[in-house]
Amino acid sequence: MTALATPLRRSALPALDTIGAWLLAIVWVAPLLFAFWAAFRTPAAALSFDLSSPLTLNNFAVAWAGAPWPRYFFNTWLLVTVILAGQFTLCTLAGYAFARFSFPGRDVLFILILMQLFILPEVLIVENYAMVSRLGLFDTTLGIGAPYMASAFGIFLMRQAFKSVPIELEEAARVEGCGWLGVLWRVYVPAARPTYLAYALVSVSTHWNNFLWPLVVTNSNSTRPLTVGLSLFGAPESGVNIAVISAATLMTIAPLLIGFLIFQRQFIQAFLRAGIR
Amino acid sequence: MKSFADHQRQRMALYGWMLVTPALVLLSLFAFAPAVITVWESLFSRGTVRRPRQFVGFENYQALFSDPTFAQVVQNNLIYAAATIPISVIIALGMALWADSKIRGRGFVRAAYFTPTMLPMIAAANLWLFFYTPDLGVIDRITALFGAGSTNWLGQHETALGAVIVVTIWKEAGFYMIFYLAALQTIPPDLREAATIEGAGRWQYTWRIALPLLMPTTLFVLVNALINSVKLIDHLFILTKGGPDNASKLVLYWIWEMAFAFFDNPAAAAMTTLVLAVLAIVAGLQFRFLERRIHYR
Repeated sequence: MTALATPLRRSALPALDTIGAWLLAIVWVAPLLFAFWAAFRTPAAALSFDLSSPLTLNNFAVAWAGAPWPRYFFNTWLLVTVILAGQFTLCTLAGYAFARFSFPGRDVLFILILMQLFILPEVLIVENYAMVSRLGLFDTTLGIGAPYMASAFGIFLMRQAFKSVPIELEEAARVEGCGWLGVLWRVYVPAARPTYLAYALVSVSTHWNNFLWPLVVTNSNSTRPLTVGLSLFGAPESGVNIAVISAATLMTIAPLLIGFLIFQRQFIQAFLRAGIR
Repeated sequence: MKSFADHQRQRMALYGWMLVTPALVLLSLFAFAPAVITVWESLFSRGTVRRPRQFVGFENYQALFSDPTFAQVVQNNLIYAAATIPISVIIALGMALWADSKIRGRGFVRAAYFTPTMLPMIAAANLWLFFYTPDLGVIDRITALFGAGSTNWLGQHETALGAVIVVTIWKEAGFYMIFYLAALQTIPPDLREAATIEGAGRWQYTWRIALPLLMPTTLFVLVNALINSVKLIDHLFILTKGGPDNASKLVLYWIWEMAFAFFDNPAAAAMTTLVLAVLAIVAGLQFRFLERRIHYR
């Protein structure tokens, strides 16, 4: 009985595993595939799933003409760049301080900063909106980015990266005459390059996709990012049909999605590196 | 006279503070100050042109608690959390076990699971319209094969919240999978060999060896999932707008609506304060747990 069961189990289970894993994978990409299907069909045929229906690029033309997409793309690009530059600068300096300096109040301050992991910017939209307006940053790219620049997550990440740099490297640089900032720039920043890459990928994909806060602090097309533009474009009130919405959706997610498919390994590594504390 | 060492220490302290100051200023402006102001504002009435705002104590909270929408929205969010957290974590674990095993096309499977993570919630919501559209949507077409009529998945009380929950699970599971995948790869292969030699089957290995070793990852993922059950509401803007009749309205969406659609800032402040309190409790529990873990190590 067992002699019979064991080889059977060995051959049947991997096959079942493969089928199960593939089924789930297909279910998981199905929404994307349907959008892909519909985006290239006429609106009448978009939901028909009739293989013989003709292909068309018209939906993309209609979608492209329906909103200032180049401006939205530029706004999103500028936004993620500004946020990343701010995060790199602020989190590098603060991470360096927490990793290598001892100063009074350091540990209390660090716990205070970690609290921000739970005080989500999303939850504070009302008062952050008031603060951004007070500072005269309403409807500016800097205003959208400011609440995310000093990220507790980034400070923590850089601190960990700097802490793992051997202190001998720093001492060697000191002997050669580097000052505090010189050591940071010549020793720590180059040593933490993989962490920067990971942080950049996580940050860019997070803010490329962010919606609620940009919705709240923008009111003109000259600052609105893609996500807000897409939500306005696809709103049921606008009366756009599903084929055109699919085309617009594919357009907005294309850069990030293509980037992900090409640099898959790096993206997944990045999320891992950033997530494991 | 001060010694050289003292002097050096003072310089270190000065540099340390200088380095953290820029980050501290921004954190104060956009996290600490707004949090404190929110709590403070929740104690004042709404000012109008004729009647300036005044201190009302806990009146805003009382008004909130007596609002039937409050009970509905909190209940919705509890259901949302109770459904999305365990289901997405369990699916994530299954995905990780598959993505870690030796199956054909593992690269495709992994990428497929992870892809939704790369999409904005707004785009995800647009994609899911294909499933939920009455009559013409994928779900209705499939159920029609079994003779069922058309269902307005997003427009009726019984299914709106469920439809929103499904999208969240789809969006999140692949993200959590990544963390399980990493943890699985750190389990030494000898353990599996030893278990096989001892005659442990697959289920036994998974339940008795892999799962206990994955506990820290599970905790990390759970905290993330909990935070996301407050944060992930973008798809409501496309799918249901909280309707019909508040059936799918979640707390953060309600806060947005109160502040930016109804301009009722005191109510929004009171609700935000309650959310902050819940998050503070979660943070406290997590810090305590982490501290204990460090102790044992």
